Formats: sequence, structure tokens, C-alpha cells
Amino acid sequence: MQFKYFPHTEEDLQEMLRVCGVSSVHDLFADVPEAARFRRDYELPQALSETDLRLFFEQLTHPLNAQQLICFAGAGCYDHYAPSVVQNLIQRSEFLTSYTPYQAEISQGTLHYIFEYQSMIAELTGMEISNASLYDGATATAEAAMMAWSNAKKATRVLVSETVDPKVRRVVDTYAHFHGIPLQLIPAENGVTSRAALDKELSEGGVAGVILQQPNYFGIVEDFTGIADAVHGQKGILVINANPSDLAILKTPGEWGADVAVGEGQSLGIPMTFGGPGVGFMACSEKLIRKMPGRIVGQTLDSRGQRCFVLTLQAREQHIRRQKATSNICSNQSLMALYVTIYLAVMGKEGLREAAEMSYAGAHSLCDKLLATGKFRLTYPDQPFFNEFCVDYDGDLDALMAEATECGYLAGVKVGEKTLMLAVTEQRTPEEIEELVEILKEHKEARA
Amino acid sequence: MNRTLYGNLIFELSKKGRRGYSLPQDYDRTHSTAELPEALRRSEAARLPECDELTVVRHYTNLSHNNFGVNDGFYPLGSCTMKYNPIINEEIAAMKAFAGLHPLQPAETCQGALEVYYNLQQSLAELAGLSEFTLNPCAGAHGELTGLMVIRAYHEAMGNKKIRNEEMKKDEAPASSNSLNSTFSNSQRTKVLIPDSAHGTNPASAAVCGLEVVEVKSLQDGTVDVDHLRQLLDEMGDQVAAMMMTNPNTLGIFEPRVLEITDMVHKAGGLMYYDGANLNALLGECRPGDMGFDVMHINLHKTFSTPHGGGGPGSGPVGVRKGLEQFLPTPRVVMENEKIGNEENKKDAASASSNSLIFTISHSQSAPLSVGSFFGNFGVMLKAYAYILSLGHENVKHVGPLATLNANYIKERLRDDYLLPIEGLCKHEVVFDGLVDKSTGVTTMDVAKRLLDYGYHAPTIYFPLLFHESLMIEPTENESKETIDAFIDVMHTIAAEAKSDPELVKTAPHNTPIGRVDDVLAAKHPITTYWKSLEA
Repeated sequence: MQFKYFPHTEEDLQEMLRVCGVSSVHDLFADVPEAARFRRDYELPQALSETDLRLFFEQLTHPLNAQQLICFAGAGCYDHYAPSVVQNLIQRSEFLTSYTPYQAEISQGTLHYIFEYQSMIAELTGMEISNASLYDGATATAEAAMMAWSNAKKATRVLVSETVDPKVRRVVDTYAHFHGIPLQLIPAENGVTSRAALDKELSEGGVAGVILQQPNYFGIVEDFTGIADAVHGQKGILVINANPSDLAILKTPGEWGADVAVGEGQSLGIPMTFGGPGVGFMACSEKLIRKMPGRIVGQTLDSRGQRCFVLTLQAREQHIRRQKATSNICSNQSLMALYVTIYLAVMGKEGLREAAEMSYAGAHSLCDKLLATGKFRLTYPDQPFFNEFCVDYDGDLDALMAEATECGYLAGVKVGEKTLMLAVTEQRTPEEIEELVEILKEHKEARA
Repeated sequence: MNRTLYGNLIFELSKKGRRGYSLPQDYDRTHSTAELPEALRRSEAARLPECDELTVVRHYTNLSHNNFGVNDGFYPLGSCTMKYNPIINEEIAAMKAFAGLHPLQPAETCQGALEVYYNLQQSLAELAGLSEFTLNPCAGAHGELTGLMVIRAYHEAMGNKKIRNEEMKKDEAPASSNSLNSTFSNSQRTKVLIPDSAHGTNPASAAVCGLEVVEVKSLQDGTVDVDHLRQLLDEMGDQVAAMMMTNPNTLGIFEPRVLEITDMVHKAGGLMYYDGANLNALLGECRPGDMGFDVMHINLHKTFSTPHGGGGPGSGPVGVRKGLEQFLPTPRVVMENEKIGNEENKKDAASASSNSLIFTISHSQSAPLSVGSFFGNFGVMLKAYAYILSLGHENVKHVGPLATLNANYIKERLRDDYLLPIEGLCKHEVVFDGLVDKSTGVTTMDVAKRLLDYGYHAPTIYFPLLFHESLMIEPTENESKETIDAFIDVMHTIAAEAKSDPELVKTAPHNTPIGRVDDVLAAKHPITTYWKSLEA
């Protein structure tokens, strides 16, 4: 059994077996009932050498099998720029190969950056506190729904706007169904949350929480003025799912009066990697700190009087509270939180703003050019959008997108029979924008 | 390490006007965010740091020096399976062609990624002895929750006699928030049986899933009290949705009556859930499916070598027995010709040589469950699949036996100084109940902290809860005899120090960047951001 990850020599094995008082490693499984023993070889491929392994994956990443498209798609996953230092630093094995920082004395690296991460997320969202991160934006939103439900005394439901990403809503639906939270959908009207419908639901009382998204699924920046007061009047909590990269510019969930801010942190420089890993963030007001799920790092002192950091408020968590815990989560998305932390440290105050500004300018430039072709109409003409927007196309949208794909462009995401949603980040050059418009403009409809 | 820099927060290294980035300047500036109504813009810029690139690089490099990873030294953290994280897997996961894939790009443009996804599903099914896997859950606890949702969805479907086939086969996921509520009826099976020795995540996941936890007692040796289980099933068998088990259990002991247990629960109409936390012990020797388990999760970051990353990202695939596939969450990655069962096609797919559309993404499931926006942590799956391919069938089978040998060797060699509460074979980990000699007042906590001084990560302490001074050691299959012997020597040295100089041990650690931390202070007046620390 000589293999690069198994260090024991035959001599080692014999000596260890002797100490254990057995003659074969299989004897160590003598307590397993015979009917439960696995007595054949696994039907798996033969071991690949490192050379063959590389070849195998190179074949899988051949352009035919993994086409690198110039990305104008968003819908929750964005092709933002990440400085090279980020990828390099997160590969440091002291970060990469460590466990959850239970032993604070030898985990200050992790604890320290999580404290920085929490500070940055709190600042970006305009909230008082943040946890150490959750799995992704969708589950973070579901956790927020459960938080609202557990916080409410006599509530009958949680309201979710139809303008929240349907993929996120599906996860919230799933969690709510099993957790026993009745959900009420607030319909969209002209691409934004219907205020009339929301006000009506709120006036009927019994609302544990309201979940909104900013910018919403269609890229529109919604005006939430007055919503927080109305929700708080019902003793409910306001949850805003926000895109953090846009928060360099946009009014923060804190400024809107939200009690909980959640979202997907992938837009903060994390590679798309087919949708994961990203990182879910959650920030909230201080009064909800003991209701918040997930790990939290706090500042304290050590026995030598030095400032240091430690996992704190663990009395909320599953390993102590078991079924009474605020959540079942027992980790965070730590390395991705480090990714975000280093990204925000390098980009800083100005860089994040500049990237957001470029994304906004690029999206609006693309939009102007698409409308100028005469082939597209804005789906929601009077709504302000950030770096993502929807256009309607009267022809065969699938064929149009397929042609763009053939030309090496991911033209966006189809969000309706006629509706295409496009996103622009600071990575898209003016030439790429120009060329995409050209492809879409020149596309000839096949005759039926 | 630069002590001056260490201790600073990145915010304290910031100076107005510094830049750590460069972005292109030639873009169409026709539009700017100033167009947005003021009411939609933030009033003040976010107080993010302003640092030059080198300052950032040094800061995080210095921080890394205050961490301890598997690459730094022996990490015998029980129940966490801190095995070696092969470097080649990192290289593969970082390949630009994977990193640049958008999750919503057409299936025909990302067959390579879908192939990895599909083949990993199939490999896990073979290793687990189950039928199908979803890779969507992001972590072990997430997998547990997903598995329990699958179980509830199954019972709800079974309990609803009126359910119509056409309703079950909705092609599109729900448009309205209430669609799940209308698809399922309620099931009376709302209880989940969990051994009292289980990890806290089990009951917590059950509670999140809306299930009521009923504890099953353990015997003196830590295994399930089958008589108590029988009594519970007699009392409430028709309300039991499932029983959750870890095997080997949290004490590292194989449950000898597992076949009897799974049979009893099945007869009562419940399903058996396998918590894959300790699966590493069994690779090569037994499979959860063969023991009668119906649903399970696997921690790819434990058994399949992906790095823990300081607490994530992990991956918690969920597998099910035949007949439960339709309750797995969407999206699903499927093979086009799967239904035909064409072996030739499967071979073609495995070689990735064909450019025809083989793998597709399906949203069609009878129960519209979803546990994440996309496909889970794909970057982690790449590493796990690379690991399986590196080992191949001829090496995977040695993982469990070697890990188990290492644990039993430690058990035999440490039992003179450390109290072994349970005789007999252990599996991949061994639990001691503190030092044999309790007269010195040196606790498990003290032993753990003293180990840090000697350059080892501490074992898991005060878990399992069955013993007061639990010290749980899991060596994994990757550690050499020399490493293990050196660790054993240090453990003996600490036991000797506990007698000769107990204060030295009680005040440890002494050689670490910081001393013992004040947990009480942290929890009493929580300071969880830099901004809050400025007020303090």
C-alpha cells in the first residue's frame, strides 16, 4: 500500500499492529457485524499519477468543455476584478489548512481577520454588528427569515417581495416550509415591490418580518422610504438583501432602517467558480445580537494584557444549546470571508467606489447602445438601475443568446420569455460592450 | 514576525490618500451614479481602509504567522478529520477555466464542470452504498438539514394519498412563496430520534427542520441503548420521521447493533439518517448504505481532504437510497442518456472526449426543495474529485484501516497516563477522560493548552459530553509513525509535568503569540467591530 499520502512502511505497520495486539488492520474491524462489511473493491477508476491527473483536468478545461465566455450575466453571480494579491494571500497554508479557531492562542490570524471582516461588513451595510459569515446569500436570507420568526411574539407570517431573486426565494420557501413559517409574497409592480400590497399586508398586522432586495433581482434600485417605520410599527423586523459591491454608492440597509442586512459577498472579488464557494453575510442591529445565527468574533484581552480576539457569544450556538440554538450552522465560510477582507483592504474606500462607478457607467452605456439598435426596449423604463438591467426582445431570444455564445459572449440571463437581463462590471471594456451590441444588432432572425 | 505590525488592525494601518489597486481609466463616462436620486445614495463613504499594496500583503502575511494549520504540524483534532490537503488539488481548483465559469452559462459550454459534478456524485454513491447524491449543500450542518428536509418531504408525500402525479412533476420551480405549502400535506411523523451522545448539530438541524428531538439513551460504553430505542418506538413509532446516527459514534466506537437498529426504525416506518462526520474510519471496510441507512451527508472537507479554510468553505453532499431520489433538492446535474442506461455513453462521458451535450441541469423534481442559489461549493468539489482520482480504488480502501490503526496505536500507548473510559477497539479516533492522576488538579483544558507550547494543535476537548474531561484524538491516515510517536512522547511529558510542576501546565500556553484569553470579558461586553472598539 505504498502511496504518497500514506507514510507507513511495512516495518512501521508491523510494529503498530503489535502494539495494538492484532495481526492485520482488518482485525481492527472485528466489532463490525459481518453483514455490514464491505468485501469487494470499489467501482472507481484506478489511481492517477499527478501527471495523469493534470492531463485529465486539462482535458476537462479544454475550451470545448469549459468555454470562457465574456460575461454579461449576473443574476446573483458577477465577474468582478480581483487584485492578484487576494488569491495569493488566501492560499497561505496557515489560513487554508487550519480549522475553526477554537484554540484562540494559535488562531489569532483567523480571529483577527474575521474581526476585520465583521467591521467592514458592518460599515458597508451601515449596521452595528456582523457575524463571521454564512454559507451564501440565499441561506443567509433564509436564516434572517427564521430570525424574524423567532423574534416575533404573535406573528402570523413573514412577507417576501417578489422582486427578491427567485433563487433566493426558493431557498427561503424551503426553509420556511419545514421550519413552519407561513410566507406571504408581496407582488411586484413595474419591477418594484408593490407599496400598495405591502402597506395592505402590514395594516392587517401579524407581520414578523419583511424581506426586500436592493438592487432588486431586476437590477432596479428600489426606494424603501417609510417601509422600516411601517414594519417596526408592527413590531416586525426589516430584512434587506443587498449587493455589497454596490453599497459603496447606494444607501445602506442601515440608512433604510433595516434590522438585518444579508446578501451574497461574491461580488466582492470572489471568482465565479460555477457559483461557489461564495460567502453569505449577515449584519444586524445590536439589539438582535443574541438572536443572530453563526459565529461571532469579539475583542478581549489575554492573560498578558494584550488585545486579542476570540469566538464569543457561543451560548447561542448548537454545540451548547443543541435544539434550542439560534441556528444549526456550526462554521462560517471563513476563507471566503478572508477573500472579502483582503479584497476590501486592497480596494479600500476609493477602489470599491471606483469599481462600482465603472460598473454603473458600463451598464448604462450598454443600455443606451442596445436601445439605440431599435431591437430592444427597457422592460422597466422609468426605474433607476445600477449595473444590471432588463430589456425585452421581440424575436427568438434563445437564438439570439445562442449566437452571442458562439461569438464567445454570455449575453446575459433569460428571465422571461422575451426578457434578457444583462450585467456589467468594471471588467467589461468599452470594446467588449461595443462588440456585444454589434452581435446582438446584426443577429438575423431565422425564418419560421 | 514583525511584532509592531502584529496587533494592528488593517484600519489602524490606513492613511488617507493611499491606494492598493489600479483600475482602467478609459471607460465611457457618459453616465455616473450622481444620476441616481440622492435619496438612493449613501450619505457618507464607507470607512474602508486606505492602504498601499505592500502594507496589505505584509499585514495578512504576518497574520498568517499567528495561525496553525495542518501544514504547520500535527493536528489531532477529534471528529474534524484534519488530514493532509494535497497541494495538487489546490492547483486544479484554481484553474482559470473553472474559476471563470458563470453558473448560468449554457450547459453545452461547461460540460467539463458538469462532468466533474456528475462523476463526483456517482463516486460518492459507490463509496456510500447509496443511489444518488446532491452536492448542493455547503457544509456538514447544511447537509444534515438538507437530508432531514428530504426525509420530511418523503413522509409528506407518503402521507398525502391525494397527491396527484401532475402536481408532483412541476417542471418549473415555484413562482409563488406558498407553492411548497400547497404541494405537501402535513405528515404526523414529526419526531426524530437522536442518541444523547450526538454532536449538537444533529438536534439543532432537526429543530431548524421543524422536527421534535427525542433523545435515545446511551449505555455505559457510549453505544445506543437498544432497549430504550425499542421502548421509544413502541411508544411513538408512528410519529418517528427518522433516527439520526453517527457511526462510528462520537466516541469513536462502532455501533455493534447497527443492523438491528436500522431494522427496528424501518419497521416502525421511519428512515435512518447517517451523519457522515466519522465516515473516514469506514472507507474500505463498510458502507452506510449496507448498514441500512437511507439518507446521509458526507463532509468533503473531512473524508475527502479538502482544506477546512479556518472554518469553511466546506461541502456537505447528501446521498439517498433508491426510491428517494425525487426528493433531492434542485438544481440537479444529470446525464442525458441516463434513463436508457447506456454503458457506452457513460464511458464516453468519462473520457470527456465528446462535444455532444451529455450532462444537463435539471430543475424537475417532485418536491421543489432548494438549499442554495446555484450548485453548492463547486471549488471544493474539484478538490474532492481530484483526491478520489489520485487515490483510485486501490488506495481509497486503505484510508479507514490506516486511520483506525493510528488511533488504536495512540490509545494503547497513552492509556498508562490518560484515562481510557471505554475498553476495546476504537475506530479513527480515541477518547480519553483526562489524566489518570486527577490529584494534581490539571484539567483537560490545561493539557490542551500545554500541547500548544510543544507545537501541536490540541485535540478536541470537552466533547463528547459523556465524560467530564473528554480529550478526543483523531490522527488520520496521513501521519507517520515518527510524528505519532513524538506526539505520544509529548503527551507523556505533559503528564509528568502535571505531577512535578502543575502550575506550569495550568498556566500554559507560554510560547504562543498570546496567552489564555478572557472569554468572559468578550461575552460580557461584546466588542465585535473596530468601530465599537473605538468607543470602548
